[in-house]
Amino acid sequence: MKKLLDCKKNEKVKVLKLNAASELKQRFISFGIMKDATLEILELAPRKKTIEVKVGKMKLALRAEEAELIEVQNI
Amino acid sequence: MNEDVKVCPIIANHIKVALVGQPNVGKSMLINSVSNAHLHVGNFSGVTVDKTEVLFDYKDFHFTVVDLPGTYAFTDYTIEERVTHDYLCAENYDIIINVVDSTNLEKNLQLTTELCTMSKKIVIALNMSDEAEKEGIEVNAEYMSELLNIPCIKVSAAQKTGIDELIDAVVETHAANKEEVKLIFSEAVEEEIANIIKYLQKHKYEAINSYRNIAINLLKENKKTYAKLHDNPIWTELQPILIEASSHIELHHNTDDIKEAFAEEYASFNRGIVAEVVKEGKKKEEEVKTLTEKIDNILIHPIFGIPIFLFFMWGLFQLTFVLGAIPMDMIDGFFGWFGDALGATISNDDIRSLVVDGLVGGVGAVVLFTPNIIILFVGIALLESTGYMSRVAFLLDGFFHKFGLHGQSFIPLVTGFGCSIPAYMAARILKNDRDRLLTLFIISFMSCGARLPVYVLFTGAFFSEAIAGNVLFGIYISGAILGLIAAKVLKLTAFKGADEPFVMEMPKYRLPSVKLVWHTVLSKTLMYLKKAGTFIAGASILVWFLSNYPHNQELEKDYAYKVEQAQTQEKKDNLLNELATVNLENSYLGEIGKFSEPVFKPLGLDWKMAVALEAGLAAKEVVVSTLGVLYSLGNGVDETTSSLKNIISKNIPFASAVAFIVVIMIYLPCFAASIVFTREAGSIKYFFYMLAFTSLTAYVLAFIAYRFTLLLGY
Repeated sequence: MKKLLDCKKNEKVKVLKLNAASELKQRFISFGIMKDATLEILELAPRKKTIEVKVGKMKLALRAEEAELIEVQNI
Repeated sequence: MNEDVKVCPIIANHIKVALVGQPNVGKSMLINSVSNAHLHVGNFSGVTVDKTEVLFDYKDFHFTVVDLPGTYAFTDYTIEERVTHDYLCAENYDIIINVVDSTNLEKNLQLTTELCTMSKKIVIALNMSDEAEKEGIEVNAEYMSELLNIPCIKVSAAQKTGIDELIDAVVETHAANKEEVKLIFSEAVEEEIANIIKYLQKHKYEAINSYRNIAINLLKENKKTYAKLHDNPIWTELQPILIEASSHIELHHNTDDIKEAFAEEYASFNRGIVAEVVKEGKKKEEEVKTLTEKIDNILIHPIFGIPIFLFFMWGLFQLTFVLGAIPMDMIDGFFGWFGDALGATISNDDIRSLVVDGLVGGVGAVVLFTPNIIILFVGIALLESTGYMSRVAFLLDGFFHKFGLHGQSFIPLVTGFGCSIPAYMAARILKNDRDRLLTLFIISFMSCGARLPVYVLFTGAFFSEAIAGNVLFGIYISGAILGLIAAKVLKLTAFKGADEPFVMEMPKYRLPSVKLVWHTVLSKTLMYLKKAGTFIAGASILVWFLSNYPHNQELEKDYAYKVEQAQTQEKKDNLLNELATVNLENSYLGEIGKFSEPVFKPLGLDWKMAVALEAGLAAKEVVVSTLGVLYSLGNGVDETTSSLKNIISKNIPFASAVAFIVVIMIYLPCFAASIVFTREAGSIKYFFYMLAFTSLTAYVLAFIAYRFTLLLGY
């Protein structure tokens, strides 16, 4: 199972599943992170503490703990 | 269009508009262009944290526009989202203007489709149409209006285009009957909607909203719609239909969460709309994209990102000092001349002293620092409006997290360098109460603009101009570091618990508009000056009174006799100086200072400094004005008196000055901020915690700093 956190810089992936609790899941969805959305990894902060991804045209910053909850698949 | 803002009476031609949109799409800027108001605008989410009402007239109509905090989705996740959500659900308003970012329509429509289920009249403002054009994005507004059955108007708040058309559309929509929004779902959902409508028709259920709207809200598990139908006899039959429908939809979407299923429905609907109405010149867009990304490659570089940020901050404080020093001599000279000129026209000794020493001395000491304040405000305005703020939050989250703070805490904390009051409000972007309280406690460690004068005064008094800027930067940084340590201590003790998730948008870089920065800086500077003219002037008079009375007649006669007897001018001057000092010590203020002196003695602070600190509880500007009044009185007789800076460097030992600065850095910001803090924290008990926490920390650290400086031999 590939997680968003496992991705490298500049990798493009598709979201398979959100393993977050309901509230956080709503948060993800409101930012456009939902099933079948395409994510591009733009930047990784030192030691992968925070990652920057691109969803559609929006750039988002996520913490490692949150990126762990997003199941993805290569395209 | 360009009338001044007027108070709006409640009459027939009154339209109340709720302005809704995702964060950072230019809602506040749109209001500013519509009504010539000056709301605060920035380039990160969470600038508008509370609803703001703006009134204006247009043609025959009175408008009330309510600017609501930006919200990504129609939820109540953060406090600001809750403000918007509750307002839209419970308050009375006529029409919604949904502001969307034309350059990112698909994401923005997510909120729009949710708003459509509100069964309110809506007008869509396609904002940033100028920017979209530049990026080669073409939106067909007419076709979009037709597809959604909502009027869509292209506007640009920055260029002020399309504003009249937008208001015309609002007036027109307000007058017309409400039209059903065309939201089309997947077959499975449509089938279930039809099912429910059929059932409602069969039982002739009476409702204001359309059956379709009710059906959608039922499927979405909207609590209000549920509550309404729950008390109706048809509920018993409706319930099984709904359970069946939900499981059908969930099966279709392969999830057990109906909200997720609907989010996917909306997303695919929006994709369809965007595919129909948006044409993109591919090539141009790529170029623009890489610009923001290119900048990001440098500014949020894993290694260089943080040093670059620190360099910016260092540069800001250097500028504050070096550039700010240039007009200061002129202002200082002006107030000196002004005081003398004014003093010469007043014959009564007491009144002259009140005006020259009390009023002009106190207010002048505060106004003197206006140039420094302006530079600091410009720096913070640039940080806010370019989009760099979110990058720093991204860079620092890992680091902040170690201290138990949230990356987004950075935004209120940086705002705190300007003023604590908006910083306390900005902390609302933090969802978790524990994280928010923790951030609220730490904000006072970020030295606000009002403390800058004290720092500039003291660093100027004790350090050469070449390094004073560095010392200033050092004071700010060490305040911030102390704040982080305090955060860690609080996190381990008072605010234990799980961390809030960190999901934050990184906005596009924007060149800040000169006008916008100008407005922000101007209004903040005027506020500072207004405070100097009113509050500080009042406080100066009070301090002057307390330091001049009671007069000891006998003592004065005594000295007057001695002066007469004195042989040389030098002796006379010395005696007069002595009298002033003795008088000051015997004044009310002297009494207060003497009374509290034992407490401050271990920190090396004399009673004058103690009084200045006590006065600083009201506002930090008062510290400087109090010092101004106290030291100008003691030295007033001496005609060689130069600036307050020199007096301080002559009269205050270095170690005591260090302790004084440490107390200023840490203790309670000001009276007004304390009130806002109490309101934001939600309970008066937190204010007392904060008072105890900051006072104790200030005292202990000032003591350590004092002893340590003495040990170093200064």
